[in-house]
Amino acid sequence: MIAYALKRIFVAFLILLVVSGLTFSLSHLSADPALTIAGEQASDEDIEAVRKLYGFDRPIVEQYGNWLGRALQWDFGDSFHYKAPVVEMISGRIGTTMTLGFLAILFALVISIPLGTLAAMRPNSFIDRFALLIAVFGQALPTFWFALMMIIVFGVWWRWLPISGNTTWAHFVMPTIALGYYATPALMRLTRAGMIEVLGSDYIRTARAKGLSPTVVLFKHALRNAIIPVVALAAVWFGFMLGGSIVIETIFNLKGIGWLSYDALLRSDLPVVQAIVLIFASFYVVLTLLADLLNAYLDPRISVR
Amino acid sequence: MSAEKDIVLDVQNLKVDIPVSAGMLHPVRGISFSVARGETLCIVGESGCGKSLTSLALMGLLPKNAQRSADRINFLDQDIQNLKEREMARLRGVKMAMIFQEPMTSLNPSYTISNQLEEVYLRHISSNRAEARERAIFLLGKVGISSAESRLGQYPHQLSGGLRQRVMIAMALMCGPDLIIADEPTTALDVTIQAQILHLLAELQADFDMAMILITHDLGIVARVADKVQVMYAGLTVEEGPCEAVFDTPLHPYTSGLLRCIPVPGKTAPGQPLGTVPGIVPNMVGELQGCMFRNRCEHATDVCETLPNSATQLANGHAFTCRLSPDAATRSEGA
Repeated sequence: MIAYALKRIFVAFLILLVVSGLTFSLSHLSADPALTIAGEQASDEDIEAVRKLYGFDRPIVEQYGNWLGRALQWDFGDSFHYKAPVVEMISGRIGTTMTLGFLAILFALVISIPLGTLAAMRPNSFIDRFALLIAVFGQALPTFWFALMMIIVFGVWWRWLPISGNTTWAHFVMPTIALGYYATPALMRLTRAGMIEVLGSDYIRTARAKGLSPTVVLFKHALRNAIIPVVALAAVWFGFMLGGSIVIETIFNLKGIGWLSYDALLRSDLPVVQAIVLIFASFYVVLTLLADLLNAYLDPRISVR
Repeated sequence: MSAEKDIVLDVQNLKVDIPVSAGMLHPVRGISFSVARGETLCIVGESGCGKSLTSLALMGLLPKNAQRSADRINFLDQDIQNLKEREMARLRGVKMAMIFQEPMTSLNPSYTISNQLEEVYLRHISSNRAEARERAIFLLGKVGISSAESRLGQYPHQLSGGLRQRVMIAMALMCGPDLIIADEPTTALDVTIQAQILHLLAELQADFDMAMILITHDLGIVARVADKVQVMYAGLTVEEGPCEAVFDTPLHPYTSGLLRCIPVPGKTAPGQPLGTVPGIVPNMVGELQGCMFRNRCEHATDVCETLPNSATQLANGHAFTCRLSPDAATRSEGA
C-alpha cells in the first residue's frame, strides 16, 4: 500500500511539471507580455525597455526556469494589471471556489447515489424512468443556460434568492445547483449500472442466503462494492467542478479564482493565468491521486497489483 | 427403514414456473422428496434439468419473475410456503444454509473472512462479538483451515478456490443449521480438491447431525456420500430410491445411461470405452406430453409419445417413471 502510494505521488509530480511547462510556453506564445504591461499607447522603445526590464528577451527556457524556481518557493510574481502579488490574489479567493466546488459535488452525490440506487433496484420502473429523465436533462442542458434560467425564475420572478455576489450562504444556492447538476448524470448512471451488476452477483445471493436483512444486503454488501467506481469518478468531477466554476462564478459574480481567471484572461495577465492553471492542474492531479488511494482502501484487491 | 426418522424437510409436488416471451417455462415440473436428520439426499441430473432452481426454491431465493408452487414444503414441521420474506430470512442461514457452486465469486470481495463469517452469527444467534469470533475460529478449524486466526483477517482474493469453498462451508455452519443444501459444491474446483471437500462435507454432516441435500451431476460423488438418490430429468423425477438400489439396479433408461458414463470399479472392464447419453435436455416451455426422455431413449416406442408417465413404486422406496418394464430398461446393461 505504501509503495503503491509513493509510486502514484511520483507520477503526480511528473504530470504537474509537464503541465507547468506547457502552460508557460503556450501563454508566452499567445500574447506578448511586454505589450500588455506597457499598454496600447506605448512606443516601440518603451516596449523594448519593458521587455528588457522583465527579462522577456531572455530565451524561453531560461524564463521558465526562473519562473519555476520562484513558483516552487510559492512566488508566482505580481499581476501585470493589479500590481499585487498573485499568491495574495489567489489565496484571498480560493476559499470561495473550493466552497462552491465542494457544495456542488456534494449536491451531485446526494442526488445521484440514492436515485441511482433506487433506479437499480427496480429497472424500468417509474423511478428508473424519472432518474433517466433527470440525467438526460442534466447532460443536455448547457450549464450557463440552466444558470440563467434559474436566475430568471428564482432570482427575478420569485425573488427567493440573490443572483449576484458571495456574501451569504444564500448566494451559493443557485451556483451550487447549477454546477452540481452538471455532474449528476454521470454519477447517477454509474451508480445505477454498478448497483445492477452488483445486485445480480453471487455474493449478494450468498448474503441473502445468510438471512441478512434487506437493509444490510443493500447497504453493506451491495452499495459498498457499487460505490467504488463512483468514488473515483466523483473525485475527478470535483476537479471539473473547480475548473467549471469559471463560467458559474462569472455568471453569478462569485469572486473566486474561476472569476479571477476569466478576468485575467481578458487582460492577458499572464502571471495570474499561469498560476491559476497550475493550481487547477494540481487539484486534478491531487484529486485523482486521492481517488486512487481511496479506491485502494475501499477495494482491497487494487493495491495488490 | 425405521418409522422413527426425524424428517427435516418434506416436499410434495414442487413446481417452478417462469414466464418467458415464448410462453410458460417449466424448469421444475413437480418433484417430491424428503430428507431426515443425519441423511444425505443426492439430486442428480445434467445441466439445465432444474436442480439448482429446486434448491433456490427451497431457500426462497428464486429470481423475482419465477413462481413457486407446491402441495407442501414442510420444514421442521412447518409449511414454509406462505411465510413472509422477513420470516424466511429468520430461517435462512440459521435453520437452513446453502453452499453455492462458485466459491470464487460467492464471497464479498470487500470484507474480511472474519467479517463475513461473524455477521451471520451476530444477526441470528447473539450480538456477542467475542463469541462469534470464537465460533468462526472453531469452524475454520473444523473445515480444515490451518492457522485459522490469521486467515480471519484476510480477504477472499487472498484465498484459493478450495479455501474459499471451505470458508463458505464454515459460513453455512455458523448457526448450526438443521438442513444444509450444497449446490454442486465441487464443480468449480480442481479434481484433487473435489474429493477433499466432499469428504469434508460428509464428515461434517455426520458430525453436526444435519440433513443434507447435495445437488450434483457427478455420479461418482453420489456413490460415495448419498443415502438416497433422486435422478432428475427435464424438471421431473425419473428415478429415486436408496443409493445402493439405484446404483445396482437402475430402472430408468436415463439413470442407466448416466451410469454408463462413469467407470464403476468391478463392473467396467479395463479399456472398455465409457458411454454417453446423446442429445440435450428438451425445451421446457409448455405442457408435458409423453415421456420427456423419449427422443434420447434407445428403448423408446410409440407408447412413449402420448401417454403421461406415472411412477412405479417398488419395495424399499425405489421408484421410477418409465412406461417400459424394468427388464426392458435395463436390458442393455446385461445385468
